[in-house]
Amino acid sequence: MTSTKLKFGYLRRHPQLVAGTIILLFLALFASVGRLLVDPKEAYPISAQPRQAPSMEYPLGTDIQGRNLLAVAVVGTYLTSKIGVIAGTLGITLGTILGFITAYFGGWLDRVIKIIVDVLLTIPQLLILVVIASSINEPLTTNMMALVVASLSWMWSTRTVRSQVLSLRERAFVRVAKLSGEGSLEIIFRELMPNLLPLLGACLVSTVMGAVFVSLGLEVLGLGPQREPTLGMTMYWMSFYGAFNRGMWWWIATPVVILVMLFVGLYLVSAGLDEIANPKLRRKI
Amino acid sequence: MVALLTLKNASKVYTSGMVRQRSITALQETTLSIGDGKPRITAIVGESGSGKTTMGMLILGFIRPTGGTILFEGKNLWKVSRPVWKEYRRQVQAIFQDPFEVYNPFYKVDHMLEVPIIKFKMSRTKRERRVMIEDALKAVGLRPEETLGRYPHQLSGGQRQRIMVARALVLQPKVIIADEPVSMVDASLRATMLKSLQALRDEQGISILYITHDLATAYHISDNILILYQGRVVEAGDANLVITEPQHPYSQLLVGSIPWPDPDLKWGEAEQVTVHREKPSEFGCPFAPRCRHVMDICRQKAPQFYQTDTTRAVECFLFQSSPILDKDQIDTVLCSEYDRVQ
Amino acid sequence: MNEPILTVRNMRFYYHTEAGPVKAVDDVSFLVERGKTLGLVGESGCGKSTAAMAIMRLLKPPGKLESGEILLDGIDLAKLSEEEMRQARLRGISLIPQGSMNSLNPVLRIKSQLLDGLLDHGETMTGAEKLAMIKELLEEVELPVSVAGMFPHELSGGMKQRVCIAIAISMKPKLVVADEPTSALDVVVQRQTIATIERLRQEMGISIILIGHDMGLMAQSVDHLGVMYAGQLAELGGMVDVLKDPLHPYTKLLIKTLPLLAERGHFEGIPGITPSLLNPPGGCLFASRCPSVLPICSKEKPIWIEAQKGHCVACHLCKEN
Repeated sequence: MTSTKLKFGYLRRHPQLVAGTIILLFLALFASVGRLLVDPKEAYPISAQPRQAPSMEYPLGTDIQGRNLLAVAVVGTYLTSKIGVIAGTLGITLGTILGFITAYFGGWLDRVIKIIVDVLLTIPQLLILVVIASSINEPLTTNMMALVVASLSWMWSTRTVRSQVLSLRERAFVRVAKLSGEGSLEIIFRELMPNLLPLLGACLVSTVMGAVFVSLGLEVLGLGPQREPTLGMTMYWMSFYGAFNRGMWWWIATPVVILVMLFVGLYLVSAGLDEIANPKLRRKI
Repeated sequence: MVALLTLKNASKVYTSGMVRQRSITALQETTLSIGDGKPRITAIVGESGSGKTTMGMLILGFIRPTGGTILFEGKNLWKVSRPVWKEYRRQVQAIFQDPFEVYNPFYKVDHMLEVPIIKFKMSRTKRERRVMIEDALKAVGLRPEETLGRYPHQLSGGQRQRIMVARALVLQPKVIIADEPVSMVDASLRATMLKSLQALRDEQGISILYITHDLATAYHISDNILILYQGRVVEAGDANLVITEPQHPYSQLLVGSIPWPDPDLKWGEAEQVTVHREKPSEFGCPFAPRCRHVMDICRQKAPQFYQTDTTRAVECFLFQSSPILDKDQIDTVLCSEYDRVQ
Repeated sequence: MNEPILTVRNMRFYYHTEAGPVKAVDDVSFLVERGKTLGLVGESGCGKSTAAMAIMRLLKPPGKLESGEILLDGIDLAKLSEEEMRQARLRGISLIPQGSMNSLNPVLRIKSQLLDGLLDHGETMTGAEKLAMIKELLEEVELPVSVAGMFPHELSGGMKQRVCIAIAISMKPKLVVADEPTSALDVVVQRQTIATIERLRQEMGISIILIGHDMGLMAQSVDHLGVMYAGQLAELGGMVDVLKDPLHPYTKLLIKTLPLLAERGHFEGIPGITPSLLNPPGGCLFASRCPSVLPICSKEKPIWIEAQKGHCVACHLCKEN
């Protein structure tokens, strides 16, 4: 079989992964190339005529405070994704390291971490974050937002990674690695980690998804970075100023459509990676 | 001469349960020396639950003994310094049963050969390393161009198992623990693999611990043999002697159950299946419930190890007229052809 | 009635993969005599398990029975409908699968599993009849009645295997296919299990196909022996004939790989590797590894001939008798 045929076969076998990646790539392009097409400063209040419906001048219309919604879309996509990515990456890094250490070394460390993880998982994340966010006195920036969300997004990864490592730990190739003189850390990073890459990928995507979702929750409640036009804040303002009653459908549609695309894209990628990580889920042609 | 590795009265007991402690003795106090200058192949034979795998795990340092000690060059293995532990890893290698599981599926098979050479600093240049690997592969009958650069799933089971032997060759350890190395290998390759093990002993001077349940292959390649039953050594000695004339009733049962591929050597009457046999008494011989020669004393006391020959000892009251051998002197009956010449 | 209970003629079973058809079983013919045991021996990948599962039509696409007749007491199993085949299983022909110990449902008690097949085949029994049936089945395989109320995880490997045997004989089938029934068992338990199967065969008059890779086990328990290599039958005949007077070079080499009590230290391997079943070479599939190879061997496929009475082989070195 030629290699191109194999490659297409691969793509055919994982349509979810492909579709999701395309959506996310589109959003990434939108956020980056979009900056060239529209002035990012117009994403802030009093940059344009307020309350304008979509037109040639303002393709997505403007909101009640005079923001050009196209600029808001471009900047908002970037900011919301940034929060998600930072929080997600931090979360999964911490989660993975903890997961590996606790599963490989076992003992009392394992028990302690496991208890902490289980307890934190049962407490509603949003609740804690609301408390944290509302007790910070300075105006919130997106970076601070990312940190706040990250603080509670590592547990799921820890748990998933831990259970995988527990089973991998007993495999014969780990024994052979020990006989070859590899030390514990080497075994973790060199032998075990590569086998978990698809799983880690899936974990990253779901952590990012969770982070975006939670940040959205905080923002819609008004606890987000008030000065930044993230997608969540846009939704907050939109409901605060009663966009429904004013018939400003373009103000509602903009953040909603982008958010839907973002979540669908993330979900498809996550499901696609799950398929790779777990061959039993794979589609048969 | 100090043996390289010694199990000294080592035992392994597993306890479970928090409120009511239950303990299972995987291996009773056992003594065995390996790698004391005269390379030999020692077979550890037993069925599942006999403790043979536990023994292998103890020797390889994967589990700790609950009683007794494991000595490496005379020192307690679990108390040595890091450099000595590394030296131990270098001198004691293994060949495992499953030729697929031993490979990390993420890497090509080269990984399994290169890592130990690098970790044990056995070569100075990449070129030297490559040459070492290719020589070892050729020595086990593989072609380097057909095996290197491939992933484990691209090779056959036989090829993968042979690469494991090549790895052992490259490292030139003093001792190899072979845990059922041929049970998952086809008949046509089995003989070749066994011959490789013999070559490791004769040409490289490596002592091999051959752990198996297959008495037939143990008979063919090992110098001496230990037969385990429920965690204890019930018979030990010269392999030829023990298998052609087994003395312990369990050994006789095992040997009699070997399916020889000879229509003239049929099995006799099979042992009756008894599901709920009497539990062996705590103090008696564990084989008493199944033994056709059982006597009263067998249920009351545990038998000692009796030396019935210069190269054999049996743990059975049928031989109580023979001199008693202390179990930690078991090495006296485990000598090889090399010894007898002297 | 000396008609064989099972006659397989020119069976071909291929797996249709993306890369092409894999000829797992290619033109195999054999028969099983009434009340006797046929052993099918070969190394991994030779097609013996595929042949057994194909006879029972238990293999799904992409595997397909390309051609051939499978006559069980005159009825061609290859031509039955799905429903008819389902009825034929357990009643006419049953299977003791490989890894039987893992074939038992871990959450059902043994008694449910014993009765499962019977009830599914439309047998209606009163409570008392069920109990009697369970007792009878367990006694047949030398298990105490108390086993009925247990779960699979409470039993040892050998005992679970016996339960599988009991299930296989519960409807008194004509033919039982035992696919490596003892491969995971210890040598003593193995002997007991084979002895039980043997006893059942004699008492109930069932015929057996025993599949395995252990020639020694075959020597102990079968009447006729077939040697498979790369999806084809190399040799077939009475067990004693095949072992003592092997005709095919592969059989000869295979016997030489086995350790015998008499010749300590003498054993040989077979160099080379089995050919790919995806693109098998022309001619005899063993040609590349055969010590007695002739020029014709790599060009022409040898035909299946009866070289001696009741002893067939496919090899250019042998002539028809």
